[in-house]
Amino acid sequence: MITSFLLGGLDRKTGIAILVLALIGIGVTYSNAFLADASPLHVSTGNMLLFGKYAAYALLAVALDLVWGYCGILSLGHGAFFALGGYAMGMYLMRQIGTRGVYANPILPDFMVFLNWKELPFTWVFFDHFPYAMLMVLLIPGLLAFVFGWFAFRSRVTGVYLSIITQAMTYALLLAFFRNDMGFGGNNGLTDFKDVVGYNIQADSTRRVLFALTVGFLAVGLWLASSIVNSKLGKVLIAIRDAESRTRFIGYRVAEYKTVVFTVSACMAGVAGALYVPQVGIINPSEFSPANSIEAVIWVAVGGRGTLVGAIIGAVAVNWGKTWFTGVLPEFWLFALGALFVAGPLLLPKGIVGTLGGLFSFGNRPSRVVPTSPEPAE
Amino acid sequence: MDIAKNSILYLDGVAVSFDGYKALRGLSMVIGPGEMRAIIGPNGAGKTTMMDIITGKTRPDEGEVLFEGSTDLTRLDEAEIAELGIGRKFQKPTVFESHTVRDNLLLALKADRTPFWTLFHRNTKDEDNRIDELLSTIKLSHRAKDLARNLSHGQKQWLEIGMLLAQEPKLLLVDEPVAGMTDAETMETAALLRHIHKSGKSVVVVEHDMAFVRELDVKVTVLHEGSVLSEGSIDHVANDPKVIEVYLGR
Repeated sequence: MITSFLLGGLDRKTGIAILVLALIGIGVTYSNAFLADASPLHVSTGNMLLFGKYAAYALLAVALDLVWGYCGILSLGHGAFFALGGYAMGMYLMRQIGTRGVYANPILPDFMVFLNWKELPFTWVFFDHFPYAMLMVLLIPGLLAFVFGWFAFRSRVTGVYLSIITQAMTYALLLAFFRNDMGFGGNNGLTDFKDVVGYNIQADSTRRVLFALTVGFLAVGLWLASSIVNSKLGKVLIAIRDAESRTRFIGYRVAEYKTVVFTVSACMAGVAGALYVPQVGIINPSEFSPANSIEAVIWVAVGGRGTLVGAIIGAVAVNWGKTWFTGVLPEFWLFALGALFVAGPLLLPKGIVGTLGGLFSFGNRPSRVVPTSPEPAE
Repeated sequence: MDIAKNSILYLDGVAVSFDGYKALRGLSMVIGPGEMRAIIGPNGAGKTTMMDIITGKTRPDEGEVLFEGSTDLTRLDEAEIAELGIGRKFQKPTVFESHTVRDNLLLALKADRTPFWTLFHRNTKDEDNRIDELLSTIKLSHRAKDLARNLSHGQKQWLEIGMLLAQEPKLLLVDEPVAGMTDAETMETAALLRHIHKSGKSVVVVEHDMAFVRELDVKVTVLHEGSVLSEGSIDHVANDPKVIEVYLGR
């Protein structure tokens, strides 16, 4: 059952993408470890970190494409799930610091000592155990998405109204995490990490493993999303996107389907956040800012909504552009982003992959077609 | 209660209003098992509201709606009612445009509808055969692999009827199936509905097109301002002075 489900996800496009990701994962780590610094093929640790970050963003984009591209749920709050996964990882990394902090407290992280706290809050208790922390990486975003989705989808909140409340959700979390008494480092967030599962987080070797893991999880996430999309459940999701009440009248409980896919997507976003934090070395409330979630939507739109692979390409392309642009013309990046937001849908309404797919009829499975004007039934 | 027991669909004194506008006022109607019924009425007579109530989209303010004499439809949601065996075709053809014709039917096919089983579903030989059968019933075998969005208006209507049949319903509610169809398509649709009726299903057809209703040749119910104005054969109804007044009097 599981095997046939997973084999169903390996269509040509996904297969090629996974192969490319595997080559990148192996190639970059190999080049960083064994090629001389002078070699033209050498990837510096800085660049590897950068692309590791892009890969984490790409996983977030795949998660977002799963709900937006296939089920029509335009979440403008997916950054919240990403940040929650990041915080769960950050809390584990904080507990790993131990006595090496500024205040050398074996139990309490520095910011708690600074705030004169005497005891570890219950939220932090088991976070020194790696498996527990990893469970929380999945569980916390998943649980939030499940509860949020259950209420929103059962009450049949759709379209822009849903987008607005997802935006409100991430904004509320942003404000909450800014508060010191929440116990998550307030404004400064969590940083100064030392070790991850006993390995020095700054070491090149650790960073290579982190990079390879991120690319690996991206490939797994893509495979999983593709399997879901190619299953009968995926067809139901597209049916919901195109004609929600028709789907309901042929007997599908739309709210259940939306909740399931929203929760799976949130878990994927959480994993992306957890992979992001050890590579950038910090997690703070700004990750919850609504602009981040909107940027993620732009990545998917640029790459091609409802294509999965496009989400990856869009996330890497836009972020690469951002890095380059903010280096060359820092004050103009926001204008460039704005121009992208306007020009993208105008010139490439189906995104990079959607447009290429149309030209070469590459991977143009019928289910990949995004409706030009999703009309409600009746 | 005997009337209710021997019926597939039983409406008694159904009333509903929207912001003070009384869409239905004491609508009562009985559809027998295996019966085909045509419902006509001018705009605003409450035809679509009636369908909404039967399929669980709208809750009535008053009145009883029973399926097979015992199941109270006013307490169930759309999915539960669909599972009981009531299929509904919308006025505007509503199919899954970015799916193939075949996938449209596959999605409608009677099967476990929980997300878990749907995720791990694999097509069986039986299902494929059943889809082939349906395709030939609705005369779309040659277009099975095309996207539904590329079908003509009439073909979309047939596909939607096919999707209803795929659910293996006991009762089909069909809202204006021939609106916007050519005459030839209209006649084919009438033949298709008669075929469905002969296979033992109850069918309720809402329609404006009198030629089509004549072609169906079944008992007709005339709705007006949210209740039943007249009921009987097409000739009886057409000669009823009350009906003439409503249709021609203004």
